[in-house]
Amino acid sequence: MEKKRFTISVFTEDVVGILNRVTIIFTRRKINIESIAASESEVQGIHRYTIVIREDETKIIKVVKQLEKQVAVVKAVYHGENDIVFQEIALYKISTEALVSGGQAEKIVRAHHARVLTVEKEFTVLEKTGQKEETQQLFEELEPYGILEFVRSGRVAITKPMRTLASIVEELEAINKSH
Amino acid sequence: MTSKKETTGANAVIQSLLAEGTDLVFGYPGGAIMPIYDALYDVEDRLTHILARHEQGAIHAAQGYARATGNVGVCFATSGPGATNLITGIADAQIDSTPLVCITGQVGSKLLGTDAFQETDVIGISMPVTKWNFQVTKASEIPSAIAKAFYLARSGKPGPVLIDITKDAQFEKFEFHYKPFEGMRSYIPTPTCEANYLNEAASLINKAKKPFILFGQGVLLSGAQMAFKTFIEKTGIPSAWTIMGLSSLDSDHYLNVGMLGMHGNYAPNKLTNECDLLIAIGMRFDDRVTGNLDSYAKQAKVIHIEIDPAEIDKNVKADVPLLGDAREILEALIPIVDKRSHDNWLSEFRKLEQEEIAQVIQGELHPTGDILTMGEVIHQINELSDQKNIFVTDVGQHQMITCRYAKFKATNSSITSGGLGTMGFCLPAAIGAKMGREDAQVIAVIGDGGFQMTIQELGTIFQYKTAVKIVVLNNDFLGMVRQWQELFFDKRYASTTMVNPDFQTIVRGYGIKAKMVDQRCDLKLAVQEMLEYKSSYFLEVKVGKENNVFPMVATGASVAEIRLS
Ligand SMILES: Cc1ncc(C[n+]2csc(CCOP(=O)(O)OP(=O)(O)O)c2C)c(N)n1
Repeated sequence: MEKKRFTISVFTEDVVGILNRVTIIFTRRKINIESIAASESEVQGIHRYTIVIREDETKIIKVVKQLEKQVAVVKAVYHGENDIVFQEIALYKISTEALVSGGQAEKIVRAHHARVLTVEKEFTVLEKTGQKEETQQLFEELEPYGILEFVRSGRVAITKPMRTLASIVEELEAINKSH
Repeated sequence: MTSKKETTGANAVIQSLLAEGTDLVFGYPGGAIMPIYDALYDVEDRLTHILARHEQGAIHAAQGYARATGNVGVCFATSGPGATNLITGIADAQIDSTPLVCITGQVGSKLLGTDAFQETDVIGISMPVTKWNFQVTKASEIPSAIAKAFYLARSGKPGPVLIDITKDAQFEKFEFHYKPFEGMRSYIPTPTCEANYLNEAASLINKAKKPFILFGQGVLLSGAQMAFKTFIEKTGIPSAWTIMGLSSLDSDHYLNVGMLGMHGNYAPNKLTNECDLLIAIGMRFDDRVTGNLDSYAKQAKVIHIEIDPAEIDKNVKADVPLLGDAREILEALIPIVDKRSHDNWLSEFRKLEQEEIAQVIQGELHPTGDILTMGEVIHQINELSDQKNIFVTDVGQHQMITCRYAKFKATNSSITSGGLGTMGFCLPAAIGAKMGREDAQVIAVIGDGGFQMTIQELGTIFQYKTAVKIVVLNNDFLGMVRQWQELFFDKRYASTTMVNPDFQTIVRGYGIKAKMVDQRCDLKLAVQEMLEYKSSYFLEVKVGKENNVFPMVATGASVAEIRLS
């Protein structure tokens, strides 16, 4: 089967060690994680991991079930690229002198809707949010000026389907009470 | 019920265990768990501690106890090497779904992460092989952690959990208050089965011409034995077992068509690829059972009764998944399936069975040559006992032979390391089984290799006068590996010959009655004596050095390609 890029959202209880339990599920199957981002979710006490991997879908389905099997995982879902809205953020540190002397700096910054976060005598920090291709494009255009430091965040994604996490949690809590 | 009083963390551990109904703990002390052992000293009348001779022995004993009784097995170990010595048993319990609560001592919380003496990251190490684990650094966390541990170990698909308790938390005083765990939103132990799937399954079962049941440990774990028997008798479906499902159904039941898998019976393996409906009950299509998946039961519709959603479609695609507790599902199916019989289909099994009897079984159970076989030893035990023994087996040829030939009239009576195949499992597991089921005749069947992997547990038998019967089937080889070398590596016997010590002398040193048999004429009497003996007994039988276990599905082959020789 063909490998495609998928985004897995894992919702967990906020407990020590759960990130490790989540990642070893991938490690054990020798699946490389392209990016991972962790944050709180909209439901209090529930954390959310956004994990991007390239795999074939049958394998993804099995991995998602293994994730859900973890005692502290509330829910795990996966989505193809069309079912989510996603962004990443990238920061670029470049020499202020190089940026100014080239004359093209303003053009590039404007064309990419990048933000200038700070300008110091020695360096300037730019910020760009977008998808990987977009932040990468800016990276390549800035490269001739010498990039002193670069960092890109993991993908964060919002799913398009409408089922809310709150309603899922409510249902699980009800099932638990009935047992 | 709740109770309140000021106490130490260590005492809280003991009180929590008592509150969960624990009366037996297996373990081994050391620096980081000393406060807990000290607290144990006061309640020895209510909570018996069994001092094993190695932490691996302690945990396998806890496993044997859990599997023989259905209770949660509990074991203690100290930090560092004590904790790491538990890992094999934890992994074994995880893959064989055995409920265990392991409690390890840990260095003081201020020393965590400093490479202190006997500090090991046991939480990190055990994470992939535990259902849940947790580090306690405050005494107040103890009651809720233990309550949760028991709940998780025994509910849903059972498994091992580990609680690591820092030494300062064991000393710390707090107001003890125990209440059982009441569940959590992120963990639904038993999923609910969709009603329309039940109807769909019933209609497939009612229409099927050649239905075939595969049953595993799920039948035992859910206590479905009665429902299972009713179900198969109503539907008339031939049923075969995985080694983990062994003893769910009487060996001599007319619908019991034998053992599945690599060294299973001929008919159930062959006919897997001829049935039109495969009904898997509480089993997970392990590769040792299925052989090559690409040619496994492709012609059949599949109904899969399973408590763990992650098992559905993992190895074999289910047309109708029935998620939930096997007993509840079978009880729901019984009223909606038709009363039927499948005589012609059943006779196909019996016909192939005749071939297997002629080519394999006869020679194994009633050999005519001078060389003793493993099978005839098991056969003697069948003949001379009431067949209500608990057989505990190690890993290798003797394990396959025992599972194939031992007769079972009582349930929960076969204890073996199925998923992990852990050599050294048997002796300690048999000790735990006997301690849990003192009424039962517990027979440990072990190879000369595996016996020496946990031979130190003879010391535990000696100290506690545990009346286990130990049968070592001695072929002076790592037999199963040698068999593979013979069949697949041109008889190049690399490091499988065993130069063995005099087991008789060793065993007698532990005060255990010992006998060795190397001639057929002495076998019956020795087995008889062993079965009747009131205390522990060691029977060593010198069996053929280069005997093989057949039938066999070679790795990568289809179940239908099962060989008789
Ligand atoms: C801990 C462990 N190490 C290695 C193996 C691989 N192994 C499987 S069967 C076997 C041989 C067992 O020999 P023995 O205990 O003498 O039993 P026999 O097969 O002769 O009955 C070995 C080495 C294993 N299953 N477990």
